[in-house]
Amino acid sequence: MDYLGDIQAFLPGVITALAGLIVIVIESLKKDSSATFWVTVLSLVAALFFSIQSLGTGLDTAFSGMLVHGGAVAFGNVIIVVATLFCVFISEDYLKGINHYYGETYALILFATTGMMCLAGSNDLITLFIGLETMSICLYVMAGLIKDEKSGAEAALKYFLLGAFSTGFLLYGMALIYGATGTTNISAIGAAASTDLLFLAGAALLLVGFLFKVSAVPFHMWTPDVYQGTPTTLTAYFATASKAATFVALIMVLSRALPVMEGLNWQMVFSVIAILTMVFGNIIALVQDNLKRMLAYSSIAHAGYALVGLAAGTPEGYSAVLFYMFAYTIMNIGAFGVIAYYERNKGMDFSEVQNLAGLGFKKPVMGIALSIFLFSLAGIPPLVGFAGKYYVFAAAINAEMVTLAVIGVLASAASVYYYLRVMVYLYFREEHKPVELFNPTLLYKGTIIILAILTLYYGIEPILPASGLMELLNSYGNLGAVTNVLIP
Amino acid sequence: MTVYIFIVLAVLAIASALAMVINKNVVNSALFLVLNMVSLAGIYLLLNAQFLAIIQILVYAGAIMVLFLFVIMLLNVEQEEKLFDKFRVKYFLAFLLGVAVTGQIFYSLAGVTDMLPEISDKMAAVGTVEAVGDVLFTTYLLPFELTAILLTAAVVGALMIAQHKIKRTEEI
Repeated sequence: MDYLGDIQAFLPGVITALAGLIVIVIESLKKDSSATFWVTVLSLVAALFFSIQSLGTGLDTAFSGMLVHGGAVAFGNVIIVVATLFCVFISEDYLKGINHYYGETYALILFATTGMMCLAGSNDLITLFIGLETMSICLYVMAGLIKDEKSGAEAALKYFLLGAFSTGFLLYGMALIYGATGTTNISAIGAAASTDLLFLAGAALLLVGFLFKVSAVPFHMWTPDVYQGTPTTLTAYFATASKAATFVALIMVLSRALPVMEGLNWQMVFSVIAILTMVFGNIIALVQDNLKRMLAYSSIAHAGYALVGLAAGTPEGYSAVLFYMFAYTIMNIGAFGVIAYYERNKGMDFSEVQNLAGLGFKKPVMGIALSIFLFSLAGIPPLVGFAGKYYVFAAAINAEMVTLAVIGVLASAASVYYYLRVMVYLYFREEHKPVELFNPTLLYKGTIIILAILTLYYGIEPILPASGLMELLNSYGNLGAVTNVLIP
Repeated sequence: MTVYIFIVLAVLAIASALAMVINKNVVNSALFLVLNMVSLAGIYLLLNAQFLAIIQILVYAGAIMVLFLFVIMLLNVEQEEKLFDKFRVKYFLAFLLGVAVTGQIFYSLAGVTDMLPEISDKMAAVGTVEAVGDVLFTTYLLPFELTAILLTAAVVGALMIAQHKIKRTEEI
């Protein structure tokens, strides 16, 4: 066995795990030292470097077929690490501002990141489960960070109980799949897949577990409460990194373990769930006054758009989903970041959209950035959200699912209302009472500006002559190709 | 025959799990959980996973349940007294007798159908410590190491949530 090669294959995950342990040691030696922050940032930058380095390589297995790396998985890792890095940048200031700054939070974020990378790259049901659990347990704790407030305790408890319940579904599904196929290796499962009841039931339960994590509609109930009670910058982490990891894992499982067979049409299943998710998410978001709840429902709707790409079930659709998760990550962290900034001003409740009245001009950078992120979330060209939606819907149309694409576009059009509503309050309403906004730190401001620039850049990148991202994603092509590599 | 024993154990496991949830007395619930763990250990034995069965009893039925009972008794003294009020010697004797008879029935049933010690070397080797350790540190190395991270994260997280209040009062 070539352990060094294996470690190298999972280097980003190894780095973040070790950094998490180092952070715990530092924190236990010296409380609230700024070293924890810098160790976290350095390790994430290193992880990002190694993830980007392996972007061009093809899919391959490591750790005796437990893990796949390279290709689409490497891109998933890049999304996860980018999301984590930006969330850490904005969390430092925010958590200090709300008096809930604990060094251990960084350790949990790093461990969760390790879990996400393991989840995204899993090639075995066991790795998949452990990755998912590592991620989830860290997220449960982070949801309860503000436990002295009712909403924080509610968020943690709800997330934990429902999450444990959905994990039960996932495990039961895995057990049934193992019973039906006699293997836990994802590629081998795909080879042994059949349409007997045991396998179908197992696959269905497995998908329930996944769909809960991405908050697709019949399983979305936890999302608004959890997003509301969690510290806002960590909500951004929940909404982006964990979703990206789960979607990459879902792509890997769908494309390799659950082949389309006669009498079994996963595309149909995903079309129905995608339609439900898009329609419900957007309709409920229309009537939300609380900003965080509005973004929570909008994140449900965005999961729906990504599910459209999965429903297409083609390599093109999978690449579109990867691009969509990247786009969604950038713009959503930005939106949550600006809202966290507004919320952080003491003595004012900025969580309701009415209270944002007239704030747009006070700190122009923040106002403009929020507008960019919201326009992008609404899918208005030339921002990255538009490009993402374009690819996803184009994939659906190429897979001859025109109805699905049309419903998606209509739902997306409806979403413009609630995004623009925020901007109307921001710029076209008089403020109720004079408010002084504090100056954001340079790091915070810089992060938001970089995110806004990325949102703009990747929006026009597809039409640039040197556009590379989508071509890179398309080059990952058929993810099923790894099937023949190694089945121990 | 294995199937029958499996069914008995599985029914026992499900029944004890249900009884654990339904029962109003916390201590009784905990004891039903022990029964649940033990029947699971029996199922592991049927699968020739001797090591797993022993660990199941040692760790879950032993260590974790003792902790459970400690916590319950520390929190809830009244309930404990109630349990002792209900305690009757004849029930205890009946339980012991029942266990003995059940064990004998299982043993004789298993003996009649020639399935008792008939385990080939290969089958027995699957569940031994060596076999488990071997795959744990080769094939399943990554999940094993990640479990360590998972448990560290869980412990750190639990302590972090529990210590919030203390930290706050220190600050003031």
